[in-house]
Amino acid sequence: MTRLNLDPNIKNADGFYARLLAAHEGLSKADSDSLNARLILILANHIGDLATLEEAISIAER
Amino acid sequence: MNEIFKKPLYPYRRSTDQDGIYQAHHPVVIIGAGPVGLCAAIDLAQRGIKILVIDENDKVSFGSRAICFAKRTLEICDRLGISDKLIAKGVQWNLGKVFFDDRQVYEFNLLSEDAHRQPAFINLQQYYLEVYLVERILELQNAGAKIDIRGETSLSEINQTSKSVQLGLDTPDGLYEITADWVIACDGANSPTRAMLGLDFAGRVFEDNFLIADVRMEADFPTERWFWFDPPFNKGKSALLHKQPDGVWRIDLQLGWNIDKKEEKKPKNVIPRLKAMLGEDVNFELEWVSIYTFECRRMEDFLHGRIIFAGDSAHQVSPFGARGANSGIQDVDNLCWKLAEVVCKRAPASLLQTYNIERVLGADENILNSTRSTEFITPKSGISRLFRDAVLELAENQTFARPLVNSGRLSLPIQYGVNRTFGPDNLDGPKVASPGSPCPDAIIAPETFLLESLSQGFTLLNINQVPKVHIIECGSTLTHLNVKASPDENTFLLKRYLGDQKMAIYLIRPDQHIAARWAKFDETAIRNSIRTSLGYNG
Ligand SMILES: Cc1cc2nc3c(=O)[nH]c(=O)nc-3n(C[C@H](O)[C@H](O)[C@H](O)COP(=O)(O)OP(=O)(O)OC[C@H]3O[C@@H](n4cnc5c(N)ncnc54)[C@H](O)[C@@H]3O)c2cc1C
Repeated sequence: MTRLNLDPNIKNADGFYARLLAAHEGLSKADSDSLNARLILILANHIGDLATLEEAISIAER
Repeated sequence: MNEIFKKPLYPYRRSTDQDGIYQAHHPVVIIGAGPVGLCAAIDLAQRGIKILVIDENDKVSFGSRAICFAKRTLEICDRLGISDKLIAKGVQWNLGKVFFDDRQVYEFNLLSEDAHRQPAFINLQQYYLEVYLVERILELQNAGAKIDIRGETSLSEINQTSKSVQLGLDTPDGLYEITADWVIACDGANSPTRAMLGLDFAGRVFEDNFLIADVRMEADFPTERWFWFDPPFNKGKSALLHKQPDGVWRIDLQLGWNIDKKEEKKPKNVIPRLKAMLGEDVNFELEWVSIYTFECRRMEDFLHGRIIFAGDSAHQVSPFGARGANSGIQDVDNLCWKLAEVVCKRAPASLLQTYNIERVLGADENILNSTRSTEFITPKSGISRLFRDAVLELAENQTFARPLVNSGRLSLPIQYGVNRTFGPDNLDGPKVASPGSPCPDAIIAPETFLLESLSQGFTLLNINQVPKVHIIECGSTLTHLNVKASPDENTFLLKRYLGDQKMAIYLIRPDQHIAARWAKFDETAIRNSIRTSLGYNG
């Protein structure tokens, strides 16, 4: 049973992508890395379910 | 120096074993009178077993070492007859504060559970625990128990055959030899027993050093646990401040890997560090300072023929999460009733294998938890630090991130689950009381707690039913404990043991762990579970 949604799911894909990059604009490498880490933690908490997270991690690892 | 470190508790006296024509023989010899060896001596003596304890020293362990004792340890100590003393002397606290850089990021409250006789944990210097254990041994001796504790008697040689163990003991009067049926090696992390037998002790060293100091001060820090990540007074590292009785405070300061330990231990280097942390104008006196490198490791097997390892000799953890002494005392709890049954020939020697299986699981869980805490406190890579700091930054304003902050996790007893020795689980009841779990405490009658009402042997807890059958199985008498649970009388008993069920039968092992449970009394099933618990069905 797959719980992770891997179908296109972001309505305004270009808009999201631009917002993500805008968040990093002007940041040092270290600050960008921190931002990413915080973002991962926030999103992971939203998902919550360990099996889904496990699936996401293994897809990212491939 | 604190007088307690100088006082001999069991000074060397020549024993008749040294003058006999034949080698003296002992049923059980315990090597090491640290917290674990002393608890084992008491547990076995309370079960009527003759005990010899030897220690190369005759005093409490120098310095405080363990300070946090968790609820399960206190419950075991209650069985051993010393928990009231521990609680009267110990400091109870429940507020913890976490600081990151120069600010507090959050605080947490570890409240004790309702209807539990023992608090979630107490802080107490290890030497007090040791003193109370020795006092308890004297009390048992006066009541006729056969416990012999020999100071300044160190193990110098050990060998075994399938029939017995030979021990060479070194004393101020020279060497003598004895034999034993069973030996429990409680001789600490550097276990000479383990070394003499050439046994493994594999694991992992954390490349870091910690300055551990106990200071006496009159300061108005509250009775709380304060943990700093990356504080201004110890940049890039961690620090801990924790209260103990007698105005003594425990301070842990991370120092890093490449340091000169000898140099760092000198008061001229320690004092400025502490002043930077506590404030220039705080007056304090150093009681004890040491520098540690932490390790997490265990023996592959805790049972080697007739020699059994318990406590730090069998497993070692970094102190984050306070698991060393707590888990060693749980080893004792698990081992001693089994060894007593074996010595009294009510169980096969193979029962001891279950000690090995269960406590290896316990050690692995503790090592896992300590390793995780250590990784969080002292991140070992750039990415590990990145995530750690991200968690701490978020924790200040986002409650979701707080459970990820790991400055040491409270030591909780392991749930063994249904396996070779636990089960069956024939009740659709609450998970906290499923087979393999330590019994959760509850109030069973006014001012009467469940745990203190359990017998030394097997207990059958009968809830809302009163079986009339007297059971003796394999020489063990089963004690009935009949209780009533109803929503208006004892809600916690109901919640923890019945759930939606109307009645239940619980078989409880001598170490207060639930062996099996049923909805209704079934003599054959109960007898069979006792046999399983005693290692007959394995
Ligand atoms: C800084 C620090 C903080 C800690 N904090 C905590 C905590 O908060 N909570 C917790 O639960 N644990 C804590 N621990 C761990 C705890 O101190 C140990 O786990 C505990 O002391 C282990 O008890 P033990 O009886 O197995 O071994 P030990 O206490 O080491 O006792 C071993 C005994 O064996 C004797 N011995 C050694 N060799 C021989 C020989 N050849 N012959 C005869 N006798 C011998 C020694 O004299 C000693 O008395 C901490 C440890 C440290 C270092």
